[in-house]
Amino acid sequence: MPRTASKPTKKRSKPYTVTSSDTDPVPSASSKTKKSSKENDEKYKLFNKYANTSSGVIDPEGIEKLCSKLKVSHTDIKILMLAWKMKAERQGYFTKAEWRRALKALKVDTIKKLKKALPELEKEVRKPLNFADFYAYAFRYCLTDERQNCIDIGTICQLLDMVLGSTFRDQVDHFVDYLKIQNDYKVITMDQWMGFYRFCNEISFPDMTNYSLELAWPLILDNFFEWMREKQA
Amino acid sequence: MMARTIDFAQGWRSMQIGITKLEKHVEGLPGHSLNSEQYINLYTTVYVMCTQKPPHDHAEKLYNKYREVVEEYTKSTVLPALRKTYDDEYMLLRVLLERCSIHKKMVRRLSRIFHYVDRYFVVRNSLLSLEEVGLACFVDMVYNTLQLRVREAVIAIVDKEREGDDTGIDRALLENVKDIYVEIGMGKMKRYEQDLESFMLEGTASYYSRKASRWIQEYSYFDYIRKSEECVKKEKKRVSHYLYASSEPKLVKIVEHELFVVYANKLLEKKHSEFREIAGGLEPITNIFKQHVEDTDGQDTAAIRKVIEVHDKYIVYVTKCLENQTIFHKSLKEAFKFFCSKAVSGSSLSDESLATICDRIIILKKWASEELSDEAIEKVVKFLAYISDDKDLFAEFYKKKLARRLLLNRDASDDHERGIITKLKQQFGGNFTYKMEGMVTDLTLSRQNQNSFDEYVANNPAAKPGIDLSVTLLTTSVWPSYKTFDVNLPSEMVKCVEIFKVFYETKHKRRKLTWLHSLETCHINGKFDQKPIDLIVSTHQAAVLLLFNTRDKLNYTDIQTQLNLRHEDLVWVLHSLSCAKYKVLIKEPATETVSKTDVFEVNSKFTSRTGGVKIPLSHVDERKKVVEYVNNDRRYAIEASIVRIMKGKKVLGHEQLVSECVKQLSGMFKPDVKAIKTRIEELIARDYLERDKMNPNMFRYLA
Repeated sequence: MPRTASKPTKKRSKPYTVTSSDTDPVPSASSKTKKSSKENDEKYKLFNKYANTSSGVIDPEGIEKLCSKLKVSHTDIKILMLAWKMKAERQGYFTKAEWRRALKALKVDTIKKLKKALPELEKEVRKPLNFADFYAYAFRYCLTDERQNCIDIGTICQLLDMVLGSTFRDQVDHFVDYLKIQNDYKVITMDQWMGFYRFCNEISFPDMTNYSLELAWPLILDNFFEWMREKQA
Repeated sequence: MMARTIDFAQGWRSMQIGITKLEKHVEGLPGHSLNSEQYINLYTTVYVMCTQKPPHDHAEKLYNKYREVVEEYTKSTVLPALRKTYDDEYMLLRVLLERCSIHKKMVRRLSRIFHYVDRYFVVRNSLLSLEEVGLACFVDMVYNTLQLRVREAVIAIVDKEREGDDTGIDRALLENVKDIYVEIGMGKMKRYEQDLESFMLEGTASYYSRKASRWIQEYSYFDYIRKSEECVKKEKKRVSHYLYASSEPKLVKIVEHELFVVYANKLLEKKHSEFREIAGGLEPITNIFKQHVEDTDGQDTAAIRKVIEVHDKYIVYVTKCLENQTIFHKSLKEAFKFFCSKAVSGSSLSDESLATICDRIIILKKWASEELSDEAIEKVVKFLAYISDDKDLFAEFYKKKLARRLLLNRDASDDHERGIITKLKQQFGGNFTYKMEGMVTDLTLSRQNQNSFDEYVANNPAAKPGIDLSVTLLTTSVWPSYKTFDVNLPSEMVKCVEIFKVFYETKHKRRKLTWLHSLETCHINGKFDQKPIDLIVSTHQAAVLLLFNTRDKLNYTDIQTQLNLRHEDLVWVLHSLSCAKYKVLIKEPATETVSKTDVFEVNSKFTSRTGGVKIPLSHVDERKKVVEYVNNDRRYAIEASIVRIMKGKKVLGHEQLVSECVKQLSGMFKPDVKAIKTRIEELIARDYLERDKMNPNMFRYLA
């Protein structure tokens, strides 16, 4: 979502000073504006507890603090899911707007409530339609550079474990093994990333009887398939 | 309605008059037409006779009389007419058709007259209608007796046409014949199928069975195939003239069965034996390869001549069989390779070795005591290029060898090289050869340039190189890429380089010169104890040797520091001078390989029978580099092809994209499917393509 610079939001009935990092292009419904300003206050208060006062955003340190309060590890998939809900753009940072977006959607404004909402969030994300979107988001989230469009093998292995580990343990384990051994690829592209998700969903494992080299599976999966076959022989 | 009853005999008499008239009329005889009054009278007579009270109701009698009339008519008029035609197929058919149509007319007219009989008597007693009676009569008396003759007539005509005699074939007539069968069958196809179609199919089968048994003996495999396919085509066209469309597939199947299926095994045998024969004819070529391996100086020119002969003979043979050209070419290639791999065991017929063989043939020709015609050499090279698997790989190796020949082996004439390149161009296209032509042109231009340089030196007292310098100018884009070395040249050479640089700048201000010292040759005179010897060495070797003009002994490090060559390269140079055939330098210790601690000095005792010695410098294996270069090239070619295809089709499935790509590139090399997949993924990552959201096996072009 593009962030517009210092544009005052139109639908607030009570004008109050907003800092530039606060701009939010998401319009709130007019009927909610009166209520929302009070609620927003709560959310921003919460935000400020973890945000870095000079940069105005929650940085990695803040996230650590948040995680310990929520009693989840910062490598827990729930944090990534939260980021997804926020549509957070930059890994390791949450902006005020992103924060507000998620908390509003989850209908929470305290840490306690947020903690309670996390399992629900996970359920929501795991719905097939949402999960595909989440899976793609996870890849984009890890891109460190705007110009970059691929992620190194090491990070991918961790990401796969985090994102697909609980649902496709077997596939992830084998594929991660393979990724570490092979020499053809040093980075993974979005196409290959999504390809693996399709693979997990469509191909029976470990027999892989319905896999075909004739189709347009990414080459890395073809190689993975052949490697598995050799191992199984 | 008349008051008195009509007596049958009397009534019939009056009928008979009318009927006779009618018979004459349908024959076309003038003056016998019945006017409407006469018709009405006849009709009324029938009516009355049918409606009279018994015992005067004569319907049954009339019915039977009707039949008699038709039968009599048929016997007296139709049969005799047909009998006259027995010898002539055409007449028979013609008369038959005529008679059939007249008979129909007759029956119709009669039925109209006797109509009242149809209306009540026939219906009440469930009998055949009058028309049906008429038809049955025709069938019994005419059709059944003549049917065989009719069929035979048809097949005789068709066979004549098959033999090529299609003069006077009356197509219209033939087309109408089949209609009779349908009419006889009362509109149904059964009679047609049973009586005409099955007979024609049988006749066709036996015709082609006869032909096939002869052709399989007389024709070669490809001629047989071609002729058979022609026949099938012709039969398809012909069948509509005498049979219905429904019969076509049945007929074609029979023809194909007789020509192909029955002789399937024999055909296969034929193919293989002819193949073996060709392969046998290639045996003389093995001599050439033996020579290649045994490295003899003399060559078997007779063998080379035989190659040409064989090559010519089979190329003619192949170009005749147009339809099966690719298959045959492939077979020829395989046969060739098979024999050669047998003769030269262990040596693979890789594209590189083919290029090497070309190189030797081109070079040997010049050193041979016996002259090989240029034409002969051109043909052999063309042939070898042709059997290479990957044209682009062969081209790269050939180019490298050509470069070496042009630069280091000045004996081969430029025109000759050009001639060979032209032959290759004719067969494989300009893409394949334009760089090679460029290289040869460069040499010609270099010579002209050299003349200018010599003039410049002569007229310019300041520009005196002090040694004979000749420079070859290479256009970078067409020559293979060579490594450049930052070697410290001896001062004499540095001077030369400078002078030439100045000269060149007067002609071409903007151009940059990069010196390829690794390809240069130097003539150095070495004053050895026994006698002075001319050494022909590379620039790097010369640089090393000249160091010893100022120092007697030098260790490895000294040499390296002074020359600034990399270890990998210097080792070779020193090796060639101290450990190889001509030991111009003495190495301490005198081991087989050069190491960084060795010490070198001039071998003053060095001598040779001849006054001049060429010291070769073995070069690093270039094969890997060539392969790498070609692979890179291929990557671009595949990508370009994919983009081209997708731009045109916008959306395309994976399988089709791959096969289109292979097809497009088939002229130069066979792209590996994995390579294509990799390129596709690359293009996806670079946003040229995307996968379709619904079907991940489909790709979409992103404008």
